[in-house]
Amino acid sequence: MEAYIYDALRTVRGKGNKKGALMGVTPTDMASQVLVSLKEKHNFDPTLVEDVILGCVGQVMDQGANIAKSAAQQSGYGDHLCGVSLNRFCGSGLEAINQAAAYVKSGFRQLIIAGGVESMSRVKMGSDGGGMFMDPALAIPGNIVPQGISADLIATRDGFSRNDVDQFAYESQMRAAAAEKAGYFTSRISVKDINGIDILNTDENIRPSTTVEGLAKLNPSFAMMGEMAGFDAVAIDKYPEVEEIHHVHHAGNSSAIVDGAAITLIGTKEAGQALGLKPRFKIRAAAIHGTDPTIMLVGPAPASQKALKQAGMNVNDIDLFECNEAFAAVAMRFMQQLNVPHDKVNVNGGAIALGHPLGATGCMLTGTLMDELERRDLNTGLITLCIGGGMGIATIIERV
Amino acid sequence: MSIKNDYLEYNIDADGIATLTINQINEPANLYSFGFVKAYVDVAEKAIADSHVKGVIVTSARRMFMAGGDLRALSNPNMDAKEFLDGILLLHQKNREIEKGGKPFVAAINGVALGGGMELCLTCHHRIALNNTKIKLGFPESKVGLLPGGGGTAKAPYLMGIQNALMYLLRGTEARPQQALNDGLIDDVAETQEELMSKSKQWILNNPNPVQPWDNKKHRIPGGAFWTPNGVQTIIGAVGNVNKMTHGNYPAQEYILKIVHDGLQIPIDRALEIEARYFTKAVMSKEAKNIIRTGFMGIQAAKKGKSRPKDIPKYEVKKIGILGAGMMGAGIAYVSAKAGMDVVLKDVSVEKAEFGKSYSKKLLDKAISKKRSTPEKAAALLSRITTTADPNTIADCDYIVEAVFEDPNLKDRVTKETEAVLGHDKIYGTNTSTIPITELAKSSSRPENFIGIHFFSPVDKMPLVEIIVGEKTDERAIAATIDYTLAIKKIPIVVNDKRGFFTSRCFSTFCSEGSFLLEEGVSAARIENISKKIGMPVGPLAVIDEVSLTLGMHVYESFPKEMRTPDSDRFYHIEKKLVDLGREGRKNGKGFYDYPTNGKKKLWPGLKEMFPAKPDLYSEEIISKRILHRQALESYRCLDEGVLRSVADGDLGSVLAWGFPIYTGGALSYIDYVGMQQFIADCDQFKEQFEGGERWNVPESLRALSKEHKFIHDFKTRKKIPS
Repeated sequence: MEAYIYDALRTVRGKGNKKGALMGVTPTDMASQVLVSLKEKHNFDPTLVEDVILGCVGQVMDQGANIAKSAAQQSGYGDHLCGVSLNRFCGSGLEAINQAAAYVKSGFRQLIIAGGVESMSRVKMGSDGGGMFMDPALAIPGNIVPQGISADLIATRDGFSRNDVDQFAYESQMRAAAAEKAGYFTSRISVKDINGIDILNTDENIRPSTTVEGLAKLNPSFAMMGEMAGFDAVAIDKYPEVEEIHHVHHAGNSSAIVDGAAITLIGTKEAGQALGLKPRFKIRAAAIHGTDPTIMLVGPAPASQKALKQAGMNVNDIDLFECNEAFAAVAMRFMQQLNVPHDKVNVNGGAIALGHPLGATGCMLTGTLMDELERRDLNTGLITLCIGGGMGIATIIERV
Repeated sequence: MSIKNDYLEYNIDADGIATLTINQINEPANLYSFGFVKAYVDVAEKAIADSHVKGVIVTSARRMFMAGGDLRALSNPNMDAKEFLDGILLLHQKNREIEKGGKPFVAAINGVALGGGMELCLTCHHRIALNNTKIKLGFPESKVGLLPGGGGTAKAPYLMGIQNALMYLLRGTEARPQQALNDGLIDDVAETQEELMSKSKQWILNNPNPVQPWDNKKHRIPGGAFWTPNGVQTIIGAVGNVNKMTHGNYPAQEYILKIVHDGLQIPIDRALEIEARYFTKAVMSKEAKNIIRTGFMGIQAAKKGKSRPKDIPKYEVKKIGILGAGMMGAGIAYVSAKAGMDVVLKDVSVEKAEFGKSYSKKLLDKAISKKRSTPEKAAALLSRITTTADPNTIADCDYIVEAVFEDPNLKDRVTKETEAVLGHDKIYGTNTSTIPITELAKSSSRPENFIGIHFFSPVDKMPLVEIIVGEKTDERAIAATIDYTLAIKKIPIVVNDKRGFFTSRCFSTFCSEGSFLLEEGVSAARIENISKKIGMPVGPLAVIDEVSLTLGMHVYESFPKEMRTPDSDRFYHIEKKLVDLGREGRKNGKGFYDYPTNGKKKLWPGLKEMFPAKPDLYSEEIISKRILHRQALESYRCLDEGVLRSVADGDLGSVLAWGFPIYTGGALSYIDYVGMQQFIADCDQFKEQFEGGERWNVPESLRALSKEHKFIHDFKTRKKIPS
């Protein structure tokens, strides 16, 4: 049985701080708005949708108590619509798609909405606590370090200089700005208030005025933490061949903290026919891969290789890639390891420019890739993200 | 520097203390409006920029500090939502700049400060009120379908704690200064005007650079912040109670909770943005427009005597004669004496009259125990009520209210007996709920002075008086009766004479429609609960019990045969079925409900056998519409037939007499609330679908209005019933 993606939709992304446009909007409301938009866009019968799977990382406060079901309820699809929230950290939005695909392929479900949501302005990173970084029983034997240190460790080991990562970041901004200007982000909705007035109708974080010189002036974000909190030493214990860690990442070449929500509609062929929708893509493969938790962010390449093998494809069979720009070094390492050129990866920019709403990003990347493959009339795409704790996730989609 | 304009005066004293005295010379009272805020901000900015000024005292030159927002402007904002929102956001931005301007602002509250007035005080760093029990402080906006939109909703929890703030915001509590101090709404009280100003000045001198609690990281919300066990408990409790209170019919209350929920977790500037968005929505809502039109402007107009014939001198009632000291007479005696009138309360015996007077004593004892009256005031009030059995005692009364039992023969006798001694130019009002005045006036030798004055029970609580104009009643009698009604602080509506008048006739359709649904097979619980859910204060079956089934039957039996309709026959027979089993209503402890002596009333289990329910017979929507449409359609007929003299009186009467839900604007505005075309289509469908379909006949005049895409308020009302 095949799992088809019928459509993908996302909200605009607002800056995830106290000045960000979407701080006044609850994450439930954001997710609900995108659900309502999907229904209105296709005017389909909502009773056929069975479940909403939403990735969300900070599942406390506004995002607690199963935000997927909360959003399902607010969306007005009907009481039949179930919801489940999941957390695979930064991979959550893609994990939701993969689980939906698995349910559909197994025959357990016919039609699912899968995506993710994160309001990083309202629910700050780390609000959900947890043992990973704090419980000595986990953090000490695992040599766990903050992700920024891991990213700097990747850059150090792979030999990416400060200028290399800044160049990459600049390119992300330029690509995003160009895509915005050209109107490529077609599967994007504005977020509205109770009056129906737009609160935000464009991605708030894109900075077309970015320059490499400007980026070069920014202070590294993780040097202090590496030094003062001892994490450089902790990382070096695990990677003794590294003499010292070069702290190349900063606010300008790491993913931006933003708010947003995204969904895809995934179902069987029959379910799509019942809705009167044409499938856009089918899901060819979905894989995860675990790595050393200290360097943590190197999962995209092995996960992608697994997915390619699953699909019986090789890397040259993929037309375009989306690799989440959690940090510049993550995507750069991915390109290096799989030997794919930058002009096939993140062609409309990535999270450095557009932002990384943790639970939603995997789904946003999927939607962006779908639109771009269709625009270029290409066929296959691979989406991959690095994940906290040392995981990677990858999904391969193919046009129908 | 000193400033004086249409909004305020501004002066600086020798110590560098500026006083900004609000005095809106072109308005009846100080009002919070875009115009005022602009004038205020201009001056406040000057004060902040002026290095000679140490701080600003904000006070008022008027009796009221500030009465609130301008509801007339708010109910017709003359701009679209976006424009309005932008205006509010700018207002917040300016107020926030003043708050963060580094100079102390003290609100010296020397009069009533409500709504926007109180919110202006919250933009000050310190609030001191004159400790005078005539001063009320609070946020009454939710009572008119709005919400505090000048920062009050976002800020109050910081000062008062979540629970107290929600009480004030959701219920529109108006507190005296001491209470407001205890609850954290103000910071201090002063006993005299001098002390008020000196305390204000001292605070400025002691606090040169104040920080608002919402800007102060060290400030702790009383009772706990949002994400604390206490905060969460409070919000959950509030969600339940608001839902119970509004049944989802009153959006403003929901918005208030939403603003506190979404806003208290994030910085104040963002919370104010949320408040502004929901405030805009509330202002633009049809519920707020309806509530303001009927519940505020309608009541104000009625209180100003809008229905009173002009150019007739004020009719002063110094002494009133009340005939019949039963429930109604006793209540009318109380409200009249309370208004300072001398009352003669007459019944067939002095004992009966005294029993009626004892009702006043009972009410006064309760008022004393609740500190709303004093033994001295109570004694004075009681001394104004004279009891008698002698018709001659009423000879020098200015006005008569006859409130004997609803029996035309008895009323005939009493009228004649009274007119024999009453001054020839005095007005005679008869309190009846259904009997045509023109018929009763036949007993009168002076029918031009004879008028219907329909009170509602309990008289001391119910605000409405329905004045009924008989065929021969003259304008002077109408004016006099309105003057009397206003003197006893009741709200008059004036209607023309036809059996049942307006209120009893339309109210009875609520009762009968409920009973028809029961007979057709809708369960009693479903009828009662759905009625409450759509906003009726109680279900129709409970109401029939209150009125008593025997009274309903008595009214029917008193109808001339030719006036009976299939609907009244049907309702009569349903009531008779219960009465035949001795179930007469609340008065004998059993009707549609059982009334255990100790415990809550419960639906009588026997109803299930008497009227077997067919599950899922009608949808909730159908039941809701039958309940409300029926009342609205009958109200429209009253308008069409000329019983009602104005749409506003119909709306006001329906809301105040029998609790038609005010979010719809009243029983006539309801037609527009639903949409006139939809309303007509529903009635047409009901006519086909349900037994006794004639009651859903839509008058041609309503179809004509609908065809012209007009609204109910466009209806050309008649002064008289066409003959």
